[in-house]
Amino acid sequence: MRTRMHEWSLCLGALALLVLTQASPAQLTKYDLETRIGMESHIGNITGHAKDGKDDYRRYCVGCHGELGDGNGENFPWVDPKPRDFQLGIFKCRSTPTGTLPTDEDLFDTIARGLDRSNMPQWSTFTKQERADLVAWIKHFSPRWTNEKPGTPIQIPPEPEVTAERIKAGRDVFARVQCWKCHGVLGQANGPSAATLQDDLGRPIAAYNFTEGARPKCGDTDRDIYRIFMTGLDGTPMPSFADNIKPDEAWDLVFYLRALMPQKSKEREMAKQLGLRPVDPNAPVGQQ
Amino acid sequence: MRNRYKFATALAAVVGVCCAALILGHKVNAAGEGKITGTVKLDGAAPHMKGIDMSKDPYCVKAHANDPAHLETYVVGANGGLENVVLYISEGLTGGALTEVPTAEPVFDQKNCVYTPHVLALDVNQKFKVTTSDQTAHNIHPNPNPMTGNIPWNQSQPPGAPPVEKSWKAPEFIEVKCNIHPWMHGWHAVVKGPYATTDASGNYTINNVPPGNYTVTAWQEAAGTQTQKVTVAAGGAAKADFTFKAK
Repeated sequence: MRTRMHEWSLCLGALALLVLTQASPAQLTKYDLETRIGMESHIGNITGHAKDGKDDYRRYCVGCHGELGDGNGENFPWVDPKPRDFQLGIFKCRSTPTGTLPTDEDLFDTIARGLDRSNMPQWSTFTKQERADLVAWIKHFSPRWTNEKPGTPIQIPPEPEVTAERIKAGRDVFARVQCWKCHGVLGQANGPSAATLQDDLGRPIAAYNFTEGARPKCGDTDRDIYRIFMTGLDGTPMPSFADNIKPDEAWDLVFYLRALMPQKSKEREMAKQLGLRPVDPNAPVGQQ
Repeated sequence: MRNRYKFATALAAVVGVCCAALILGHKVNAAGEGKITGTVKLDGAAPHMKGIDMSKDPYCVKAHANDPAHLETYVVGANGGLENVVLYISEGLTGGALTEVPTAEPVFDQKNCVYTPHVLALDVNQKFKVTTSDQTAHNIHPNPNPMTGNIPWNQSQPPGAPPVEKSWKAPEFIEVKCNIHPWMHGWHAVVKGPYATTDASGNYTINNVPPGNYTVTAWQEAAGTQTQKVTVAAGGAAKADFTFKAK
């Protein structure tokens, strides 16, 4: 009897080992993380220290993001969108070009802002120092912060005055770069490609609906909206348009997007007065 | 007179020897480097490749009006030749042959809502261009594993977009997708050292291989990898044929 138990437990142990090793081939271990415990963050004149962020992380973040920062916390099965895997170092909300690490400030801002339409709340209760320490702790999960530098933040020219011409020009940009393919001609997230969108992990993901009054994912100032389409939201289908929209045109597009949003705005008022019609997806390229 | 002849002959001889030395000198290099050639075939009947429904984008439908689009998981030519197989040297390379990066800048084009070529082989750090020939917007979205050192990125390419110029840092078989057209699916096969991709008949030649003993690996996106040991003699051609079974 005893030997049989032994055999069984051996079998189970071997199976568990197999499952564990199969499930996460490139998984970082606690030991790997220990080597980066000295990670710092710099936000203005605040310096964050990873080791000081550990306790807050274990108290507030570990449930979703997991002890090893791999996004595999105990809430993982129940939340959608899934928690970020900090080991990959891929983040939606950045001021830096697609394919680069965000700045410390980007992460610092995201913690306070939260991520609308996800389970990530606004962590406004932390002090700035606590947030900076958390940023350092988050960074220590990925070897990328040791091997790479964050990208250079994109340049955003000062916001020009809204004019009817600019809103019209923004509509032409919306047509030319074909935002409507996913977001729909009225910004209702019902473009021809909307239904099949997937994130980088192959999970279904919705395009942003401009008409519902929801906060844009990475902030709701005009500069935030500018940044979203010029950097792209890495890990999602939203690409960077930096190579195809000039900085001045980008402001035109921001104004047009504002006009699609239901909140009261100068842009919305002007578009109404103009009697601006939605773009025609069947019009030949360049002829709206 | 005879002296002048002698002189001319001597001069001609010297020039001739010099030229020969130069040419041979070049040849010595070229002769030193051998190649690996062969044919990759698929065993048995070519699997049926499903047609692609492009109806969500009228431009794509029109582009394929006379040439229905199919999946390109297995592209089988005459006599079972398998296209889009990447061949590279997985063991045995040293020195310059391993680290030298080709200066050629291959192009990965978005044409008629598919990737051309379907599989783009690249050396580590080799520059390549992503272009679009289409009058519909694409987004080019490779999805490597950032733990390898290759970082994913995602860029829009509306009609008339300028080329995107990039390179990859580490060997990896990277899937490339377009989120706007979910059927679009291609590969960047990033390897270290000389490589080749099979043509429509399944033939390939890996050039610039210094003499030595090597392991050649053949990679096919669905069937996986196979390896063979070869010996390349100075200026010689080693042969390595592969046969895959469809999975």
